[in-house]
Amino acid sequence: MSYLDKAALKVVGTRPIRPDGVDKVIGRASFGADMTMPGMLWGKVKRSPHAHARIVKIDTSKAAALPGVRAVVTAADFPNIANEEAFVGEGPMNFRDLSRNCMARDKALYDGHAVAAVAATSQAIADEALDLIEVEYQVLPHVIDVEAAMAPDAPLLHDDLFTQGVEPKPTKPSNVAKRITFTKGDIAKGFAEAEVVIERKYSTKPVHQAYIEPHACVVAVGADDQTTIWSSSQGQFMVRAYCAKLLGIDIANIRAMPAEIGGGFGGKTLVYLEPVAMALSKISGRPVKIVMNREEVFRGTGPTSGGTIEVKLGAKKSGRIVAAELVLKYQAGAFPGSPVGPGCMCAFAMYDLDNVHITGYDVVSNRPKVAAYRAPGAPISSFGVESCLDELARELNIDPLALREMNAARDGTKTAYGPTLVNVGYVQTVEAARNHPNYKIPLGPNQGRGVASGFWFNIGGESSAAVHINEDGTASVIEGNPDIGGSRASMAMMAAEVLGIPYDRVRAIVADTGSIGYTFLTGGSRVTFATGMAVTQAAEKVVVELKSRAAAIWDISPEAVEWKDGKAFPAGSNAGSFEPLSLADIAVKSGRTGGPISAEVSINAQGAGPGFATHICDVEVDPETGHVKVLRYTAVQDVGRAIHPSYVEGQIQGGVTQGVGWALNEEYIYDKDGRLENPGFLDYRIPVASDMPMIDAVMVEVPNPRHPFGARGVGEVPIVPPMAAVANAIADAVGARMRDLPMSPPKLRATLDEREPPRLAAE
Amino acid sequence: MTGIAARRFTGGQTEFDIEANTVRRMIIELDQRYPGLGHQIDEGMAIAIDGEIYQDAYLEPLRPDSEVVLIPKIGGG
Repeated sequence: MSYLDKAALKVVGTRPIRPDGVDKVIGRASFGADMTMPGMLWGKVKRSPHAHARIVKIDTSKAAALPGVRAVVTAADFPNIANEEAFVGEGPMNFRDLSRNCMARDKALYDGHAVAAVAATSQAIADEALDLIEVEYQVLPHVIDVEAAMAPDAPLLHDDLFTQGVEPKPTKPSNVAKRITFTKGDIAKGFAEAEVVIERKYSTKPVHQAYIEPHACVVAVGADDQTTIWSSSQGQFMVRAYCAKLLGIDIANIRAMPAEIGGGFGGKTLVYLEPVAMALSKISGRPVKIVMNREEVFRGTGPTSGGTIEVKLGAKKSGRIVAAELVLKYQAGAFPGSPVGPGCMCAFAMYDLDNVHITGYDVVSNRPKVAAYRAPGAPISSFGVESCLDELARELNIDPLALREMNAARDGTKTAYGPTLVNVGYVQTVEAARNHPNYKIPLGPNQGRGVASGFWFNIGGESSAAVHINEDGTASVIEGNPDIGGSRASMAMMAAEVLGIPYDRVRAIVADTGSIGYTFLTGGSRVTFATGMAVTQAAEKVVVELKSRAAAIWDISPEAVEWKDGKAFPAGSNAGSFEPLSLADIAVKSGRTGGPISAEVSINAQGAGPGFATHICDVEVDPETGHVKVLRYTAVQDVGRAIHPSYVEGQIQGGVTQGVGWALNEEYIYDKDGRLENPGFLDYRIPVASDMPMIDAVMVEVPNPRHPFGARGVGEVPIVPPMAAVANAIADAVGARMRDLPMSPPKLRATLDEREPPRLAAE
Repeated sequence: MTGIAARRFTGGQTEFDIEANTVRRMIIELDQRYPGLGHQIDEGMAIAIDGEIYQDAYLEPLRPDSEVVLIPKIGGG
């Protein structure tokens, strides 16, 4: 059934208070670190101080002998997993790599790599025990930078890693895990037709998702291997699957309980602590709790890639782009798996181009294994492409939005990565941006305006949801996705709309793996789309049942009952004359009409519509210090249909803020030995409220016909345009083109100095 | 179909005409032509049918003139 007629909606599209809001505001919500159990031990992880080292020997005897220590584990306590890849989290995952990322085996591959762990009766004893674990390392040469890692003489991380995607098949191992290409048309012919060619190189640094809540878990393994895991993650079913695989036990023996999650942004789509706590609990026979500190989060968990972006654009003087070439080199961290694939696919997806050639490299180096981060891969390639497009617009003296509109992808555009676009709203975002008052506000000295666009696919996937009608006529919605962005409210709203009852009569809860059918994790901007579809279908099943129960009460045929505004009515005069029955009237008699009224639906949702965005950023540059102040920010996005507009705006504002941090300040800084020098929020600077203006979130609604309410994913694409939008605004303000992120004050100051060398004091 | 899978299983061929009325039948047909390609599609690829992306969708119907594109499977953050 479709609910695309916006005017007919009573709940969807309104802005009610989220059901988890009060608990989170007053501190009552239970996050990963809040869980405690009787007899619980504290786990701690010992981490490598070296960027690259062979583990010659680990002696745990002194730690194990320390009073209060109940278990010590190293890689020897985990199954030696074979080289096997599957799609469980947010991308293809090699279980051997994941196991070795949780606990180093043979080699430590980055500063902060886990090499051992202990469980003790107190945190102090656990800390003391870590110091008693003796690890003998053979320190190896290391490599941090992506292009240095690609050099023929670079230190090799893995002797068995051979580059995929090149012919002939390599005979020597390499740090380049994969080479991929996407081709459309004839790139040489396209450049031959070009009247203007712009060729530039850009680069970005790895940045962390910077979720406020560090990773935390409690794991209890019984004598019969029955295991319960409480943890903060983006998917309890993901935690269950990974832990079962890494510890070699059946999935049915694990029950994973979702804690409230204090941010994830993709960074909690894999496991770090849970398998370690599980091994410690199995040995000790006691529940084990491990909580990372912020330094461990930075040193031991995955940021997204940094990378280089080489862009070459060929265009007619009219602005029509006739050729586009791109080379991406992405850091994967210590194990293969950077998001270079989606980086390649998203880079030109906003544009209708005839001749495109894209090459991507997935490169390992001595950094933490990368994890997903909002629209994985797309912000990096888009920084280069959207900056280069701005440089082209300046070269041609064309308004940058007009240039984008001229080349915009529309329904029927065949993308460089293959599919032909349908039901897309990119050009609508460009038009809305051009017509927005913020695009016309006059600018002052040292102020500039930049624009940029972005694309993300969005996904659907497997989801389960249940709707239960309670005895008093209220309803419970059970979902399997941790609530990161207000999904409990959105699920309750869709159920309320279908049932025809007020929002506050519906409560949504996030269930554990034993209490709802399999549900793929919260990520890929999929929950409102896919799980929302499951909730809608479950509610529709309930309505069918409610009509049947009303028919039983009236003793007429179910076909003679219609459902409207939360009540059953006789469908016309032939059905008989009865007073309407409310949902509560039917619920109270459910025992007499067949028992509890509920429905559970499990689906694999398909047809997630892609998301497009166009952003306008105004900045003011202080030429003396190089500080960039964001004056105003306007983010236009095709959201399909906003189920809860405030939470859609929140996603847009959050993504923009993270993107501005990525643009201006965030980076990992390593010393000459490959040790991370800034593993904390004092030295790794994310934006705070005082850094940001109010972000104008402008929602363009091009409904996705594959979703009953027209929803599209909205959480990822907002982080794609900001880096280029900020860079383009800086170029507009002071004429300095920043091609290397972050555009921090020292770097901007240095770029300004290159253009106009500072006067010497003697002058 | 994109590069790596094409090179590994099809000798470089990237476009095919397949008679199939469902995704599952298409995968079976491709696997019979290029042994191992079916597993590759199952484990690592999404399928765009007439512009809409499907993942793990054996039962999805195909029209006689459907444009089907095999692309890397997509996750998110």
